[in-house]
Amino acid sequence: MIDFLVNGIQRRFERDPQTPLLWYLRDEVGLMGTRFGCGAGLCGCCTVHVGKDAVRSCVTPLASLNGASVTTIEGLGAKGLHPLQVAWIEHAVPQCGYCQSGQIMQAAALLASKPQPTDADIDDAMAGNLCRCGTYPRIRAAIKQAASGKKPDAAGKATPAATEAKARP
Amino acid sequence: MTVLQAKFTRRSFAFGISALTGGLVLGVKHEFADAQGRPDMPSPPRELAAWVVIQADETIVIRVARSDMGQGIFTALPMLVAEELECDWARVRPEYAPVAEHAARNRPWGNMVTTDSISVRGSHEYLRKAGAQARAMLLAEAAARWNCPVEECTAKNSVVTHAASGRTVRYGALAEGAAGRPIPGTVALKRPQDWKLIGRSIPQFDTQAKVTGQPIYAIDIRLPGMLYAAVSACPVHGGKLKSFDAQKVLSSPGVRQVLPVGDTAVAIVATSWWQAKQALEALPVTWDETSGTGFSSESIRKTLLQGLDATDVVIGQHVGDVEAALASAAKVVTADYEVPYLAHATMEPQTCTAHVTDGRAEVWAPTQNGEGTLGVVAKTLNLDPSKVVVHKCHLGGGFGRRGLSQDWAVQAVLIAKAVGQPVKMIWTRQEDITHDFYRPMVVARQTAGFDREGRLVGWKTRVCGASIFARLAPQFMRNGQDISMMNGFLKADMLYAVPNFDISYAMRNNAIPVGFWRGVNYSQNGFFRETFIDEMAHAAKQDPYRFRRQLLAQAPRSLAVLDEAARRANWGHPRTPGVHQGIAVVEFDDAVCAQVVELSVSKDGEVRVHRVVCVIDPVFVVHPDTVVAQMEGCIVQGLGAVLTGEITVKDGRIEQSNFHDCPLLRIHELPRIETYIVPSGGDPTQRWGGVGESGLPPLAPALVNAVFAATGQRIRTLPLKQHKLRPA
Repeated sequence: MIDFLVNGIQRRFERDPQTPLLWYLRDEVGLMGTRFGCGAGLCGCCTVHVGKDAVRSCVTPLASLNGASVTTIEGLGAKGLHPLQVAWIEHAVPQCGYCQSGQIMQAAALLASKPQPTDADIDDAMAGNLCRCGTYPRIRAAIKQAASGKKPDAAGKATPAATEAKARP
Repeated sequence: MTVLQAKFTRRSFAFGISALTGGLVLGVKHEFADAQGRPDMPSPPRELAAWVVIQADETIVIRVARSDMGQGIFTALPMLVAEELECDWARVRPEYAPVAEHAARNRPWGNMVTTDSISVRGSHEYLRKAGAQARAMLLAEAAARWNCPVEECTAKNSVVTHAASGRTVRYGALAEGAAGRPIPGTVALKRPQDWKLIGRSIPQFDTQAKVTGQPIYAIDIRLPGMLYAAVSACPVHGGKLKSFDAQKVLSSPGVRQVLPVGDTAVAIVATSWWQAKQALEALPVTWDETSGTGFSSESIRKTLLQGLDATDVVIGQHVGDVEAALASAAKVVTADYEVPYLAHATMEPQTCTAHVTDGRAEVWAPTQNGEGTLGVVAKTLNLDPSKVVVHKCHLGGGFGRRGLSQDWAVQAVLIAKAVGQPVKMIWTRQEDITHDFYRPMVVARQTAGFDREGRLVGWKTRVCGASIFARLAPQFMRNGQDISMMNGFLKADMLYAVPNFDISYAMRNNAIPVGFWRGVNYSQNGFFRETFIDEMAHAAKQDPYRFRRQLLAQAPRSLAVLDEAARRANWGHPRTPGVHQGIAVVEFDDAVCAQVVELSVSKDGEVRVHRVVCVIDPVFVVHPDTVVAQMEGCIVQGLGAVLTGEITVKDGRIEQSNFHDCPLLRIHELPRIETYIVPSGGDPTQRWGGVGESGLPPLAPALVNAVFAATGQRIRTLPLKQHKLRPA
């Protein structure tokens, strides 16, 4: 029997304690925002928070979670959008979007421990999260914006103003 | 977000996002459409010109027939309609055109295929026309009500105005009457200089859903009574399923059924996917692997290299007399090239949910081709197409994997038929990497000859590999041959002026499935061509950019894009000592893209890519930021491929299985990417360029050309990781 919190709600699980958190969240609770990518902790799609740490839920057995507090992408912005989600929208980060829950959860754990991350900090924290669409330039920009607490200015926007102006023949 | 969760993801049939997230509605109801098989079915009320439905509350629903896999067409295609509709963009809500209704109503939404970067360039005219038709119907309805000439009415921002009398009426009040009016045959379309929406980077509809974890993908489907399936196909390509011992796992927790899937795979159905996957790993299975013995990358390479000298070939383009030119040349350069198989590795592994009962089938699919899925399901189950409903979901990546290769749909419905309940099938990553339809392994032999003044007098290229059309689309073959394998060397897309030129293809098919991979055929042929052009420039003792310029004198678009890339990159003058440049230009999907790669090579032979300058001419631009995003995506995917991407075969098995041995580019390897859009414009009834793929082909050659500049080593086989580099 494992008792733990998911997004602030008390949960109890009484079956195979080796069940990975990912499949409990998706198939039992119906929290579909945490996504399956590799099943081996190699891609980061399934990243959630256990306490303050970003973990790969696909390789986190429920047995390890007794008494823990789990936060998923659905719980991240419980009081409105998280600053990272706002920055993600302003930089139009997502393409297919499938990996973005994990990217944002990973970035949120980074900012919680390092509110002003350097490029090297971002590399270290985010290198485990794959994006096949190639949204990395915007992920980096969005993390920096969220860390700055500012709105993006024209120069910080993903789309250069020159590009915008040239777009019409 | 907890509230959203409760509201949207736990709803029993939930798969939709409404007003809260900006209006993404995927239109899914768990029911069999009643409209099936009624071609005379009247169009629904408030529907204008098939593409637009205006509701009484002023919501403007715009249908999207293609599929969004991250390329942004769920926003860009409605923009094309709305440009002419003159509606209030804030009220627009995109919706996938229903696939079953499409068939029942004689295909009012045209082609649903989403490959070949086709969405904008293949639909822009009829979508703008539909918007103009809908606007004309609304104007006609208003004029009739006011009993005034329609010419006196104007439409703007979802309001029709009669200036003379000062009367106004909103679209929502007109839609019901307007829907009953005839659809005008001819409508005038705006001139590009009058566009107000097209050309603006407005926010995309589904961004918020994607950053808040909303259930918009096929893998997120939840249905009452739904079971889960894990699948394993014979690990040897060309092999078969022999037997399995279901008794060993039938008593495992949650397991409901163990069943064969066709004659090549086995599935376990359980009450959770984890249980199904655990049982599958424990299931004793015997495969017929005899066909795999000795079948490896090495044996395939041997066959392909023989094709370089073969005579059973097809000629793609033949200019002048290349053999005579080479025979009399003062200098001849010849080189062999090779690229490996590549996997798509969509972040959402292959998945499909199906419910098959009573001679009917309903499918939730991450499909690039909704009609194709419907046809495949009907054929697999031997059902009339009118008995099949396909719900299109957003794709967690496509890149060509989910277009004509619908193997996942076949498996899902075969399993669902045997089970009789809704079943969600999900592949493991290992299954996904080992059973892809790979970019083909291809070899090339290229020869060029120069006269005494160093002018190029002859060039011939032979490519050899497995045909994608032969595997997935034999209907596109011509006389049993696949011309597309020579794309990038054909008259339409090889714009270098060479007095004597030959391109030929030797088809050598085998059991490894091949398919459409982003930048189809141009991704390898662009590498062959643009790297060999660099070899030619070197042989002719000329700068590779200026060498290209001379040969492109008659190709003004390519020349302009190439020049802009060289200018933006400050060609010939990299900013930092030790940094070297390479350049390439490829014409593809009616777009032209040139890139300059800047990199350095360390003493240990480590390559660091510092900067990629990308210039793209897509002719016209609907959503500039999407074009930038697609170029970034193409460059990141291209970098991963050129640096480390490879799929290899041993005894019929794929040797890679997950992201540890099939690595993708990671954020710390990212260079600075600069994208410049230079749309050449012109007559909007003529060609528009595609942007989903055109940024990928120049990357690999520009990169290896920069490696040559840095090291003097000519890279002719990929990936780069197999080469030991030494800085010059």
